Amino acid sequence: MDRRELLRSIAALTGCAFIGAERAFAAAADSGAYTPAQIALLDEIAETILPRTDTPGAKDAQVGAYIARYSTACYTPANLNVLRAGLGDIDTRSRKEYGVDFVRCSGEQKRKLLIDIDAEAKRRAQMLGENSEQPPHWFTLCKQLTLLSFFTSEAGTTRVSRYSPVPGPYKGVVAYKGETFWAW
Amino acid sequence: MRTIGRMTTTHYDAIVIGSGISGGWAAKELCERGLKTLVLERGRDVQHIKDYPTMSLRRWDFDLRGENPRAWNEVNPLISRAAGYDATTKHFFVKDEDHPYVQEKPFLWVRGYQVGGKSLIWGRACARWAPMDFTMPQRLGYGIAWPIGYDDVAPWYGHVENFIGVCGSQEGIETMPDGDYLPAYELNMVEQHLRRVLKDKFGRHYVSGRWAHVTEARDIHLKQGRGTCRNRNLCMRGCPFGGYFSSNASTLPWAAKTGNLTVRPHSVVHSVLYDETTKQASGVKVIDANTHEELVFNAKVIFVNASALNSTLILLNSKSQRFPNGLGNDNGLLGKYVGFHNYRAGMGAEIEGFKDAYYEVYKPAESIIPNFRNVHKQDADFVGGYVIFTGASRRLIDDNDTHGETIGAKYKEAISKPGKWTAYMYMQGETVPKASNHVRLSPDKKDRWGIPQLVVSVGYDDNDDRMVNDFLNEGRKMFEAAGFKNIKTNDSHQPPGLDIHEMGGVRMGADAKTSLLNAHNQMHLCKNVFVTDGACMTSTGSQSPSILYMALTARAANYAADQLKQHGEIV
Repeated sequence: MDRRELLRSIAALTGCAFIGAERAFAAAADSGAYTPAQIALLDEIAETILPRTDTPGAKDAQVGAYIARYSTACYTPANLNVLRAGLGDIDTRSRKEYGVDFVRCSGEQKRKLLIDIDAEAKRRAQMLGENSEQPPHWFTLCKQLTLLSFFTSEAGTTRVSRYSPVPGPYKGVVAYKGETFWAW
Repeated sequence: MRTIGRMTTTHYDAIVIGSGISGGWAAKELCERGLKTLVLERGRDVQHIKDYPTMSLRRWDFDLRGENPRAWNEVNPLISRAAGYDATTKHFFVKDEDHPYVQEKPFLWVRGYQVGGKSLIWGRACARWAPMDFTMPQRLGYGIAWPIGYDDVAPWYGHVENFIGVCGSQEGIETMPDGDYLPAYELNMVEQHLRRVLKDKFGRHYVSGRWAHVTEARDIHLKQGRGTCRNRNLCMRGCPFGGYFSSNASTLPWAAKTGNLTVRPHSVVHSVLYDETTKQASGVKVIDANTHEELVFNAKVIFVNASALNSTLILLNSKSQRFPNGLGNDNGLLGKYVGFHNYRAGMGAEIEGFKDAYYEVYKPAESIIPNFRNVHKQDADFVGGYVIFTGASRRLIDDNDTHGETIGAKYKEAISKPGKWTAYMYMQGETVPKASNHVRLSPDKKDRWGIPQLVVSVGYDDNDDRMVNDFLNEGRKMFEAAGFKNIKTNDSHQPPGLDIHEMGGVRMGADAKTSLLNAHNQMHLCKNVFVTDGACMTSTGSQSPSILYMALTARAANYAADQLKQHGEIV
């Protein structure tokens, strides 16, 4: 299991090839650094996708800050803009549907909103196919980075999935009884 | 290991150019035979463990969890495509701007300039060539005869396998002979299933691969200070246990223990010097990488192990009155017949079932389907063979069992469990060495040490296309026969070079008119110069070549030592 396999899995999950540094769209204007409010919003979205249960959630793994760092360092300016424009859209949308910004919505309102947006993002990914020159849906980017960030964080790796830094002998066949996966 | 900036002497018994996988072996064998040996390495020193800065870091210790920023990759568009290149390993690869060359055709030349060379970052596959691999190119008319056969190499394969530690199973397969192996990695349930299907329905073999991993340390490995592989699967960062073979962990410290070894890093070799009187090479001209000072070192025997294309470059640049076109190059073939491995195509599939089976934990190895094409006679619309690397694993964060959940606690729980089994295959295909696939010196472009840049003119041909098609058809058939679903195939058309298996340029052969090296890897026309890295390859075969370089190097080094002992010089 390596990083490429992780990215393939994320791609299958979001219906869109993992978008990192590879895809280049025309450069767009620099929208500056993420604000603390935007990072808090990313945390809120990520926590809705991967909430704390009896194991850590997205906020425990500081997913918002990592999405900001990763997208700034690795995304093309165009994709970065798509993602950040989406953060504006989600507040517009939550105000329209629930009268408040996303972070002020109830847990169930947040969930319903993201389920709808996730479905829209999947439809767009399906429409665009694999080799599209068109920009992806912002939530595709957001969910990909949430999953990548969470399952490569210390909390996600060691307390949600299983982790063995120095495993020792390899066993090709073990019975599977419902445990979480071996992270890498 | 002595690493010196100011040399106490310039005269040695032997000089080895390069400290990678074959240079390390030359150093080990020559030093063990009592020869005072100077290893010249163009890059910096890398000491085992001490100079592996990322070996124990966790993924979250890296700013971007191991990925490089886009800005970094944009200024390194070439090297950032190399297998295994990321923020955890990039210090063992060159930077693009430091080492320019000319791509007459697209060719992505992957280099690792440091003590240990690419042995730190190699793929570690160690299957043997079959006897027929040495003879088929001539029999089917796509190459010249090797001056040696399997029986010449077999004892040296064993010699190398024992020392470096190679895992594998005894299988009795004609196209992939068994060796002296440590315990193999166990196949998982899906791999065992595929093994049965291939045997029953195709008469083909699916085998746990042969890898330079110490799966169970023998005394010889413990004596090197190496231990059993702990399967961390972080190999290319350098291994604190010496679990996989590298020059740094194995051959170089072993050579140093003899007291006969000197390693000089930051030593860019300009050329091999030819003595018109003795009609042998007298030494090597070096440019210090930092000071740009010119230095000359002398020796009775010179091993050229700078990596296939760099060894060729050095010999092309070794011009003298006798050899105006490069050392030993009367026939004009130096730099020609460059081959590589065709890695263009791969496929993936999904598997229903096997949900009650898993594995623990990480496996730094893959399975292999040995070549089944053109084994005794041509039975395909192409020449040469291919092997298939393959494996199966369970997907992470799979949406297969999320029952429609896409957001929230149930979704999180579902995707935290191992998902559907998936399997993959990718090909490693033999290519036909051709005079037109060549490298030469640029007439005008030089690197920062004043050495001519290499012009690389190497590409695919129709034979490669037909082999890709055959693999895509056969791979699909094998997956379908195993009941695998959603098979997706891909021909990446990736440029040659990314295979990191460049071979030829100074090929071996029985006839000095059609080759540069004889059966002992000596230059036909300059007997005290030996070339035993990828440059020497007469054909490419389909198996990973590194262990053959090691075996040929050990064989040639002992031959050279015998000569010096018997005659006081190479004859």
